[in-house]
Formats: sequence, structure tokens, C-alpha cells
Amino acid sequence: MLELRNVSKKVGNTFHINDVSLKLEKGSLNVLLGPTLSGKTSLMRLMAGLDKPTSGDILMDGVSVVKTPVQKRNIAMVYQQFINYPAFSVYENIASPLRVAGIDKVTIDKKVREAAELMKLTPYLDRGVLYLSGGQQQRTALARALVKDAELVLLDEPLANLDYKLREELRIELPRIFAETGAIFVYATTEPQEALLLGGDTATLHEGHITQFGQTIDVHNKPSDLVTAQTFSDPPMNVIPMQKQGAQFVFSQGNIDCPEDLSGLSDGSYSIGIRPHHLLLSEPKQPSVKVVAPVSTSEIAGSETFVHVAFDDIKLVILTHGVHRVDIGDQVPVYMDPAKFFIFDGENKLVSAPKTGAA
Amino acid sequence: MESTTKETTLLVEGALRQTNQMKKPRNFRWFTPSLYIFFLMLPIYWLVNMSFKTNQEILSKFTLIPENPTLSNYVVIFSDPSWYNGYINSIIYVVMNTVISISVALPAAYAFSRYRFLGDKHMFFWLLSNRMAPAAVFVLPFFQLYSSFGLIDTHIAVALAHCLFNVPLAVWILEGFMSGIPKEIDETAYIDGYSFPKFFIKVFTPLIASGIGVAAFFCFMFSWVELLIARTLTTVDAKPIAAIMTRTVGASGVDWGVLAAAGVLTIIPGALVIYFVRNYIAKGFALGRV
Repeated sequence: MLELRNVSKKVGNTFHINDVSLKLEKGSLNVLLGPTLSGKTSLMRLMAGLDKPTSGDILMDGVSVVKTPVQKRNIAMVYQQFINYPAFSVYENIASPLRVAGIDKVTIDKKVREAAELMKLTPYLDRGVLYLSGGQQQRTALARALVKDAELVLLDEPLANLDYKLREELRIELPRIFAETGAIFVYATTEPQEALLLGGDTATLHEGHITQFGQTIDVHNKPSDLVTAQTFSDPPMNVIPMQKQGAQFVFSQGNIDCPEDLSGLSDGSYSIGIRPHHLLLSEPKQPSVKVVAPVSTSEIAGSETFVHVAFDDIKLVILTHGVHRVDIGDQVPVYMDPAKFFIFDGENKLVSAPKTGAA
Repeated sequence: MESTTKETTLLVEGALRQTNQMKKPRNFRWFTPSLYIFFLMLPIYWLVNMSFKTNQEILSKFTLIPENPTLSNYVVIFSDPSWYNGYINSIIYVVMNTVISISVALPAAYAFSRYRFLGDKHMFFWLLSNRMAPAAVFVLPFFQLYSSFGLIDTHIAVALAHCLFNVPLAVWILEGFMSGIPKEIDETAYIDGYSFPKFFIKVFTPLIASGIGVAAFFCFMFSWVELLIARTLTTVDAKPIAAIMTRTVGASGVDWGVLAAAGVLTIIPGALVIYFVRNYIAKGFALGRV
């Protein structure tokens, strides 16, 4: 078990990691989710021992490892860039951690070939790594991490620089392959979809803080606060500030009846969050709230259309399926279903999330 | 001379005609480069030419090709210890200097490339500023210092003195090459369990091999052509060839032929080294920052 106790990392006057506490179980799959510069890589470097924490303690199976040099820890790490030993062949690359450990040649050969087979590298074993495609280079790095039987496997956005198809393929295979090793598996990503696909547990990071840690589905469906909700939504969750006055939420475009189970909330400022795919451009069957706003941008991505509208300094993104033509400046009606609302209080803490299944 | 140009002209024209048969048959693109190469090679040709002539021919007439080609000038150099010892001395201190410079510069360059420390940028610049002073400035302090330590007329004296110029240069070149290697490779090696020395020798050195080659080449060249310090710090036992060449005035006047032969032999080591690192020289001149 890897345990981080109030770990902070300060560089100059800025905190790269600010008071992080985490417990990661053996054999678990953990996702670090956060935008760029949220501290994912910094946190991984601390876990690996490449950097020393400014304060706090890191324990492996109850023993502090802060002072243990990297070489003595049994870890594996894969970077976003394809990092291999350029002077070595694929075989030598995969074998290198075993060779350094002084394992006998027969065992090394067996393990290298197994790992190469899993990563579909068998035909390239004798090639220099620089003569491989990006995907093959990254698979070499992954095979090297796999072959080591490390206690802690750290993957820092390993699939970010790969092409779409390969990413899909490895995303499904990786957790399965590493689950068999029984290692603590940590996977950093910027993409909420990737976190959902991987499953397991997710820790959302924001400016060096862990905003929430729990089962991936739970974090997605019941984010503890607005920041977590925005981190775990792509494109980011739409936020509309509203005032609760008696039995109604009031905002510039109208009133919304307060759901019955929230009638106990005190009056004041609230933020309503709603995911882009829950905003509709055509009137649904369920009762919903309608806002009319001018289109500021519209972009077509694949078979989806993102429509950006703005009213009263509030920007909304609507994700619609299918390719639609929407002209900039058009006034469009936007429908939102109050059942899909995330409601955050004045301190941005979650007070109500959509019922399970509705998110 | 005329015949040489004519030959070149014909050759170039022929080549052009073969490759550009479809295009217009006549153009003069060959002219400027040919002229340039001609003037570039002229002094070297003349040196080689002289080295095969007798003193009498050199002094009495102007000939493009030696009338009575002779190897006697070379025989003098290879048989007279006062001549060939010059080459041996030069090679000894140049190789010593190259080895010392590279082995000192490797760890220094690694530190500059991988770590941030107080005053690193200033120190890095200051290193190179050493090269801005002419060698003559350092002759006196070196002579005084080495005299008191009894180092005058030893190979190590010259090798150490040349380090003053070569270590900073090697650090600059190697730092450029090292900074081109991502730091993540170092970290991956540590994670894989490599100790620092093992990582440096097994993983890192092969990656900067061309940089080491280029740095060694520059050290070799600077040390090989440097005359002032080498001559001042030596008298007999470690006298470099360049110094011997400056005092060939004997009772019978200057021995032109032997001098030319010595010159030819002095060019050869440099030419050989250049040949081996020719693909990396441009990168080396850019101090690895290409």
C-alpha cells in the first residue's frame, strides 16, 4: 500500500503539490484526473521518488520511503513522451531493468518475450528503438515497465501522443495487463472519458490539491464540489449562477421551481451546473426550462456539433449529436431539464446531484 | 597551373553534360566553385610540390612539377631524431591534453546541462570568456609557475597549459550535446535501477558519442596548432614540431625542402582527424546546438 500523508511540494514560492493525502491499495487502478499544470506529473514524480516532498511523508507498506533513492524502490514509470534508451535495441530496452537487477539470462529472455508478445512487439525485438513508429516506441516503454514486476506502476498520460486507434486499443488492454501483476497502478490523464473507460478509482486534481478521491463512477456522478465537476466534464460543465428565493431559483432569464427535496435549503446564492450534452436545442418531452440566447460559435467535431451561446456574461456549451448548421448570431432556444442539475451552494459544495442514471 | 584548370573545366563540363543532357547544354555554374577551390588548394599544392624538390631547384627556378622528384627531404625528417622527436613530442602532449580535457569536461558539462545551481549561467559564460584572451597573455604566468614546480620541458606541462583553452571549449560543446538528450532518459534509467556511474557509461555516453568525438577533435586541433605556449614551456625534451620548424636556418641558409616536407607531415594528422569527424563538425561549430 502506498500512502501519502499531507505531502506538499513547493518550488520557489508556488505550491506544485499542496497538502495531498492519499491511500492507494495493492492491485488497485487509480486515475489522476486533472487539466495540464494541475500537478499530475509533480505528484507522480513524488510517488516515484524523483523529487523529494517539501513537507509530509510517503510510506510504502507502512515504511517511509522519502529517503530511499529511486534505484532502491521497486517502481516503473512511463512518460507521455516516448522515452527509451536510444542506443539500445527493443530487446535490450525491455531487458534493461532485469539486466541491472542481475537476473539470469534465461529468465530475462522468457520475460522479455512474454512482455513483447503482450505489447505486440515480437517482430521488432532486434530493431533500434529509433527506427520504430511512435506507437511502437511507447509500447516498448510500456513493456519495460511491465517486465519489471514493480510494486508501483506510474503511467503519465502514456497514450496522449498516440494516434486515435492505438489509444483506444491500449486503453482497454493496459489496465487488464497491469492488473495481473498485482501492482499499484497509477494512471494520469487529462481526459474525463479516459478516466471513465479505465474505471477503478479516480482522484481529481486542481492546482496541486486533490479535490476528490473515490470510485471513478462516484466522482463523476457525485462530484463533491464545482471544481471537481468541471474537471470531470469535457467540455467543462456549464455553470449558471442563481438566487434561491423561497420555493424558486431565480436567474436573469426566468424562474425555476425548486425541487421538493431541496425545499429545506436556505435562501442565497447557488450555482447550477449542467453537462453540455444535457442542454438541448429542441424542446424535449419532459418539462424543461427555456433560455433564448445568441450563438457565439459553433464547431463540428466528428459526428457532434458544439454550439456556444452567451447571455448576461454566462457562456453555455451545448453538445448535440449529428452535424447541424448553426449560424453565428442566431437566437436559439436552449432547453434544460432541472432533473439534470447539479446544485452547488455559495461555497461551491455539492448540495444536489442528478439521480443515478440521469447523469 | 593552366593545365590543371583546363582539366578541371573539362571534367566539370563533362559531368554537367551527362547529368543535364535534357537541359540547356551550356552554363557556367561550375566557374565560381572551381575558382574558389583552386585558390584554396594552391598553397597546399605548392607546399607538397616544394617538399619533393631539391633546395637548388626551389631557389633557382619556377616549376609547377618537380623536375627531379626526390624523397630526400622526407628521409631527413624520418632519420634525424631532432626532427621526428618533434612529431612524437607534439603527439604525446596533444593526446594527453585531449584525454585530460574530455575527462574533466564530461562531468562539468553534465552538471551544467542537468542541474541549476547558484551562478551557473555566469560561470558557464565565464568559462568561454577565457578563450577571448590571446595565448601570449598567459605565457608569462605559466612560465613562472611551471619553473618553480620544475615542470618546464615536460609533456604534461604543455598538456596542462592547453587545458586552459580546451576544457572550456569541450564543456561548451558537450553541454550542447547533453542538453539535446531529454532528462527523462536519466530518470528512467534511475527508475530501472541504474546507479549514476553505470547509467553514465552504459546509457548516456553512447548517446553523446558524436559530441565527444567533436569535442576531442577541437581539443586536438587547438593543441596541435598552438605554438606560443608550447614553445615557451619546452626547451629540448618536449619540443613540439612547430617550434622545430621555426629554427631551420642553418649555416647553409634555410633548408626549404625539408621545411616543406615537415609542413606536409604536420597537415596530415589534422586532415585525418577531420576526415573521421566530418559529419559532426557543423554541429560541433554550433556547440552542439543544431
